[in-house]
Amino acid sequence: MADKSDLVLDVRNLQTVFFTNSGLFRAVDDVSFTVKRGETLAIVGESGCGKSVTALSLMRLVPDPPGRIVGGSISLEGTDLLALDEAEMRAVRGNRISMIFQEPMTSLNPVMRIGDQIVEAVRLHRKLSSKEAGDVAVEMLRLVRIPEPARRAREYPHQLSGGMRQRAMIAMALACRPALLIADEPTTALDVTIQAQILALILDLQKELGTGLVLITHDLGVVAQTAQRVIVMYAGRKVEEASVEALFAAPKHPYTRGLMASIPVVPTPGIAAPARLNEIPGTVPSLVRLPRGCAFAPRCKLAIKRCEAEYPPLADWGGGHLAACWRAEEVAEVA
Amino acid sequence: MFAYLVRRLFLMLVTLFGISIVIFLLLRIVPGNIVDILFAAAGYVDPADKANLEKELGIDQPLIVQYWHWISGFVRGDFGYSYVSEKPALQEILPRIPITARLAGLALLFSASIGIPLGVISAVNQGTRLDYTLRVISLSGLSLPSFWLGLLILTASVAMFGQMPIFNPNPQTWLEAFATYAVPAAAVGFRSAALTMRITRSSMLEVLRQDYIRTARAKGASDAAVNYRHALKNAILPVITVIGIEAAFLIGGLIVTETVFNIPGVARFLVEAIRWRDYPIVQNLVMLIAVVVVVANFTVDMLYAVFDPRIRYTD
Repeated sequence: MADKSDLVLDVRNLQTVFFTNSGLFRAVDDVSFTVKRGETLAIVGESGCGKSVTALSLMRLVPDPPGRIVGGSISLEGTDLLALDEAEMRAVRGNRISMIFQEPMTSLNPVMRIGDQIVEAVRLHRKLSSKEAGDVAVEMLRLVRIPEPARRAREYPHQLSGGMRQRAMIAMALACRPALLIADEPTTALDVTIQAQILALILDLQKELGTGLVLITHDLGVVAQTAQRVIVMYAGRKVEEASVEALFAAPKHPYTRGLMASIPVVPTPGIAAPARLNEIPGTVPSLVRLPRGCAFAPRCKLAIKRCEAEYPPLADWGGGHLAACWRAEEVAEVA
Repeated sequence: MFAYLVRRLFLMLVTLFGISIVIFLLLRIVPGNIVDILFAAAGYVDPADKANLEKELGIDQPLIVQYWHWISGFVRGDFGYSYVSEKPALQEILPRIPITARLAGLALLFSASIGIPLGVISAVNQGTRLDYTLRVISLSGLSLPSFWLGLLILTASVAMFGQMPIFNPNPQTWLEAFATYAVPAAAVGFRSAALTMRITRSSMLEVLRQDYIRTARAKGASDAAVNYRHALKNAILPVITVIGIEAAFLIGGLIVTETVFNIPGVARFLVEAIRWRDYPIVQNLVMLIAVVVVVANFTVDMLYAVFDPRIRYTD
């Protein structure tokens, strides 16, 4: 593994649950991962697999009640975030760790000027006059390539397009030069043409500032373009972890393989599109009534008796490629 | 913006014109006029005397003439003479206005400065004991009529202190003035405070679920900053609307409160004037109240644009 000092984030056995009327809801169950300085880790999975709750857990922003982090540790640059009190955590949020959300249209305060929202983020963590913080805000807007940043800083969110708002969100998140940036589906709500621009921008800035990046997405295309390592989540658990190359070359978990097979193929001369889009049959199980064994077993073509009875442990298949499947060896052959 | 303002002002004039007709006709529909009442009180009726008096007061003329006479006078600031006191109506009304204005202003201040923070506290602590307690208090505020609450306050102060707050027409110090108005203002403002609290609470609950609140927390903002700087500013519009409407309804609550606390304000005076069918007083006073209500509504609309940059009045 990498040098310890190089680690920005070290999450171990994270457990986040929700107490609901229908029972205990294990949104994140025993998830561990690390992020190095300047590294991009992608978290992939379907809606409801726990990837967003994982992100909110890192920020300690899981709404409580009903949610609560009940186990594990989150170490950011050596500080255990779960041991901090709320005031100490506030000093970390937006400062050492910050987050970009999925919905640029609704994630900015509609009655505050863009510049003021960035100024607020800066002044919460830096002792600057409002004039100096205003200059930082304009500088950040320039950094995220918003044209006429000084004028835009005085505008309100509704005067900006979706792509511009997401740029402003990025400017706000990076204003204090955090060690770790979490991007929760940052491009999902944007037009396809804008998506590539925003991703490129995030990656450029990440390189420039040396920020660790946790990129949450359900888009494997995005993963392939951006991340160095990937973890695949299913029903609140990490089912596979690998470098991007290893994952795309030889996925070890049938769920990962299913996700890859679900990517639509554009018909080109020589490659005919299948008559029907591929899908993974069935739906994600309710997190309240998870099967005793592997949660994916009911939807899995390879499932055997053992899958339903026993949860498979994460096993190392070489080079840090982890997968939790009893039949991981056969996955590559079947497909 | 300019054309919008002109249009709004024109609409306000049209509204006031309509109100003036309604006031004028309603007053004439009510059976009996000042002359009937005076003669009934005196116990004898000489039709000739009665006709003379009616002629003297001008209430024998056709309605359209009477209306023109009144409204043209109102526009010029000539309110005519009170039938009862025979003094100029303006002289009767003017000194009473500051009393009621202070009372109403204090009641509104009370309702906003208590209702809004309690609404925020209630919303932020949704589902807790504190929230339930505040909601019960607010419900009681909506359910208790202000005159009854006023009586309760008076009775309680007699029972506890052996005296009751008496209206002091010439307060010497600022504190005395405040003490004079505070209790009746609280009695009448309690209901508005309760309503303001409920609206603030529900509006805040709506806003606190929004994505930008999570963004504010993600920046590291404190609870107070999140609740007041981010949430309340977004939640305030419905609250302003309600306070604006309450400002108009307050007059109704003031009539009984002024009576209960024996305050010589406009509201109690209006009821007296209605009893005597004192047309010049009633017409002009109700018209003034209508102007206040229309202006209050206009102010509320303008405040929207101040609080929400997405609202712009364009032509």
